[in-house]
Amino acid sequence: MGLEEFKDRNIGVKNYITVQDDNYPKTNGEVFKQIVKRSLKGELFTGLKITFNMMREALFKGKMHTVQYPAEKLPIGPRYRAVHKLLALLESGENRCIGCGLCEKICISNCIKMDTKIDENSRKEVLEYTINMGRCIFCGYCAEVCPELAIVHGQRYENASEQRAHFALKEDLLTPLDKLHLQKEYEGFGAVSPDADEKIQKTPLQY
Amino acid sequence: METSIIIETIIKAIVVLAVFSALAGFTTYIERKVLAYMQRRLGPSNVGPYGLLQLVADGIKLFTKEDFIPQNAARPVFMIAPIITAATAFIAMSAVPFFPEFELFGYVVRPIIADVNVGVLFVLGVASVGLYGPLLAGMSSANKWSLLGGARTAIQLLSYEVVSGLALLAPLMLVGSLSLIDINNYQAGGFTSWLIWSQPLAFILFVIAGFAETNRTPFDLLEHEAEIVAGYATEYSGLRWGMFFIGEYANLFTVCFLVSLIFLGGFNDLWFIPGGLAIVLKVMFLIFFFLWTRASWPHIRPDQLMWLCWKILMPLAVINILITGFVMMF
Ligand code: SF4
Ligand code: SF4
Repeated sequence: MGLEEFKDRNIGVKNYITVQDDNYPKTNGEVFKQIVKRSLKGELFTGLKITFNMMREALFKGKMHTVQYPAEKLPIGPRYRAVHKLLALLESGENRCIGCGLCEKICISNCIKMDTKIDENSRKEVLEYTINMGRCIFCGYCAEVCPELAIVHGQRYENASEQRAHFALKEDLLTPLDKLHLQKEYEGFGAVSPDADEKIQKTPLQY
Repeated sequence: METSIIIETIIKAIVVLAVFSALAGFTTYIERKVLAYMQRRLGPSNVGPYGLLQLVADGIKLFTKEDFIPQNAARPVFMIAPIITAATAFIAMSAVPFFPEFELFGYVVRPIIADVNVGVLFVLGVASVGLYGPLLAGMSSANKWSLLGGARTAIQLLSYEVVSGLALLAPLMLVGSLSLIDINNYQAGGFTSWLIWSQPLAFILFVIAGFAETNRTPFDLLEHEAEIVAGYATEYSGLRWGMFFIGEYANLFTVCFLVSLIFLGGFNDLWFIPGGLAIVLKVMFLIFFFLWTRASWPHIRPDQLMWLCWKILMPLAVINILITGFVMMF
């Protein structure tokens, strides 16, 4: 490429292919011809025919595109990133989170806050865990980074609430004890795939 | 004798007012349903069976909404404008014969409030006075969108008024009377004597002008939400807004009755269908047609409307009058 071509700044206007090039009428005669053609072609009636057929099919063949939203919901993708869930351990019902703080660190909008302490068994205990849903951008980093699969993205996409406080409570996110049997293991964004066991080598302690 | 006429007229006026305000409300429901099915949605369906009570809900909403008047608006004009629209729409109906004469308890009822001998002229005149409503509303609202809507009202009036008048001239020449009852009786000979067969062009022109007069979709310039928010009605709320719409739908009925009376045989018996039912069917079909076009056709620009009306439709109407005149002469 020569210097000339480099200096040419009118790149945008070149090599343009107009996809649809109408033949616009140029003279008055052509304008008149177009008007007559369009008036007599009955394009308007084609439009009427289409809408009438739409109505006929909607009325008699039940071809509707409406979802009766609160009563009927569309399925969403399994990896959709909606409101978080804090999963519990299936055996004990205890919170899975080990309080490592990785999610708090990685969260790019700084909406995870947690409070931990060392308990009497010298284990880390999570005292408080809040996600400010008003700030969260649902990027999924927290679920991605969590080593314990404790925080995942659930399927609850209806986030409207009357109170700000509802957007940050751990109780709302954590699976309640009586619902533990309903907790599905590998679901939601941030969870490993169902065939993870085959893919991952066991730790040396296992064998 | 005198008092009985007065009482009869008052009763008729009340009946017309009640029936057509109710019908105006009901038409909004029908419109939403028809548009919904044409666009494969459901329309109102939650309040009451098939959403029928949605009407009542909307009515309650309109009645209880705050009546809002903008700070810099010309208050009296702003408050009167919707009344003009609604009132003229109903006044125009007073010269429209809705049904054939019928007998009630041995008393012959003529379902027309005032059989003036210039019926068509009266209806068209009063209906176009109705456009003062949007015009004044747009100008008094102290809102630029409303002002644009008002300006477009003027454009619309200038465009269609000449077409509707000229289009009607040719059939009126044939009938030789301006009374709507005479026009109706002229077509008493059944299906083949309908004026639409001898005046097809006038029919098309008048229907197009009717679309503009009732500001229905291809020509809904005054309050096109996509362009000028809600046009002349931007600042209106509650019942005043409601009055605009009652007026608009009442106008729609007037235009449909006019078209049926002048071109489609009016309330004459049609084969086995009695006249009263025939005209209701015709009006219903026309209303459906108005809704149908709303779902199908795009809206046009104000300059296109003027271009259409003055450069295409008006010459066509004049040619139609000339041809009619020559045919009648020879
Ligand atoms: S999804 Fe993103 S923004 Fe929301 S809490 Fe997790 S890391 Fe923070
Ligand atoms: S990354 Fe997981 S385990 Fe670590 S603090 Fe967050 S939720 Fe708990």
